[in-house]
Amino acid sequence: MADYSIQELMIVAAAREIRDGEVVFVGMRLPITAYGVARLTHAPNAVGLFECGIVRYGPADGMLYTMGDPPNQLGAAWATGLVQVMSLLQRGRVDAGFIGGAEIDRFGNINTSYIGDIENPTIKLPGSGGAADIAAMSKRLLAIMNHEKRRLVQRVDYVTSPGYLDGGESRKKAGLDGGPAAVITDRAILRPHGPESELHLASVHEGHDVDEVRGHTGWDLKLLPELDETPPPTAEELAALHEIDKDGFWRG
Amino acid sequence: MIEKLVDLRDAIAEHLRAGDKAVLGACLEPDVPFAATHEIVRQGLRDLNVIAPISDASTDMLIGAGCCTEVTGAWVGNVSGGLGHNYRRAYETAEPHKLTVHDHSNFSIGMALMAGAYGMPYAPMRSILGSDILRSNREFRLAENPFSEAGEPVVLVPPLKPDVAILPVQRADRFGNNHHWGSRGLVFEAAMAAEKVILLADEIVEPEVITSDPSRVLVPGYLVSAVCHVPAGMHPSPMTGRWQRDNEFFNEYHRRSRNRQGFLEWLDEWVLGLPDHAAYREKLGARLESLRIVGAAPAAETNFAAA
Repeated sequence: MADYSIQELMIVAAAREIRDGEVVFVGMRLPITAYGVARLTHAPNAVGLFECGIVRYGPADGMLYTMGDPPNQLGAAWATGLVQVMSLLQRGRVDAGFIGGAEIDRFGNINTSYIGDIENPTIKLPGSGGAADIAAMSKRLLAIMNHEKRRLVQRVDYVTSPGYLDGGESRKKAGLDGGPAAVITDRAILRPHGPESELHLASVHEGHDVDEVRGHTGWDLKLLPELDETPPPTAEELAALHEIDKDGFWRG
Repeated sequence: MIEKLVDLRDAIAEHLRAGDKAVLGACLEPDVPFAATHEIVRQGLRDLNVIAPISDASTDMLIGAGCCTEVTGAWVGNVSGGLGHNYRRAYETAEPHKLTVHDHSNFSIGMALMAGAYGMPYAPMRSILGSDILRSNREFRLAENPFSEAGEPVVLVPPLKPDVAILPVQRADRFGNNHHWGSRGLVFEAAMAAEKVILLADEIVEPEVITSDPSRVLVPGYLVSAVCHVPAGMHPSPMTGRWQRDNEFFNEYHRRSRNRQGFLEWLDEWVLGLPDHAAYREKLGARLESLRIVGAAPAAETNFAAA
């Protein structure tokens, strides 16, 4: 097996989705680290937005448990309010946004609110936070998930964060542009494809295979023609990652 | 000017009532007024509608302690720990009581408070289009933008006017004038929308300190009902330039609140068994001192001279 962890591969894969010069809603946890890696490697001019009201030109120096921690305030490009930063989304000035979730379906809709019925759920999840806004208003939505059959489902119980809704033109009809561009899991990367914008298998991580990935997906996962193995992290990417996450907190 | 410096116990007793809509922290993860959360629990206030975009673990405590029967917010849980156990127990099994949730996104609760703050009849927004938040929270209206040719959909958000907003700030004078810096989340909108504002000041300073930099003022003291001197009143959440986050405290709360009995024991140890926040700080002792930010990264001098 490779000399990198699956968490490291996911962070690096997420970092590669950020292009140089882009404005990116970073959110929490793993994507914060991915932004830092992108900034230190191929995207030195990527701008990072945090919904608490922070804009940064580079990753914080120091461990972040939450986006509002003191290291993220020090040296920020802008320390302002939530309305100001999230208005950049609604204004159409955000290229990409990262979110996670408990459940995602074949059209990239994400649920972080209710498993089961709204009135009588089996699990009450924390809710949207900024995820609904980021999913609706980013030009490209990037989702990070654990790849389990109970999480990658045919249809989510509750659409907290809209993907392509019912597929086809339904997202546009709801008044939204953009949409999911990639779903990065611990087994594979999925991307929307075809007129329905259904999620297809785009690449499989080293050590995993197509049948296994399809077996852990709750819908009949179709393959992209150019399906390949996810490129492993380069030495440069790993070095950047170790510099960002010195204690290995998010890589575990 | 009117002196507004009071003890936190008196501020809560005077300004907060059962059934109130109360903002407890609006800065997202930093500056959650846990000292006020604890005092509300000690005074046994009931039926609060807690308004908060996130308010790390504070809302979960109030639910578990039986103080909060409604939540208006975007996210309830424990940011670094995970799900909110009391929140889940209340919503899923009505323990210790039934909980009503008014679902929002971060931006929609921002728009609701902004509409309240600016006296707007409603705020139009787009970023919860397509979300089932419109299905589970019937307070929103879906309309057509009258200025668009194709009748584009728009969400109308009703204004939110909290009875009270309780907000930590780095420093204030005894008249309630204050400085708050770092990211602000929805602190400004909450302070402007609320009928009453209670400040937890990490430090009380002379009025000249505040007037030396009027650009750093959150809202002027005349809009503040009470200011309480509570050093580290936001512990275990962080405060820019003052206190680091006590991550392990959140994790311990998460572990111990996993079942009802464990939560009640935690609550006895850290809240009900202590008379006030001074005793809480004393119990934290060296642990709290280790979180104090001792480094210096001062802002550049800013000149307000008139001639």
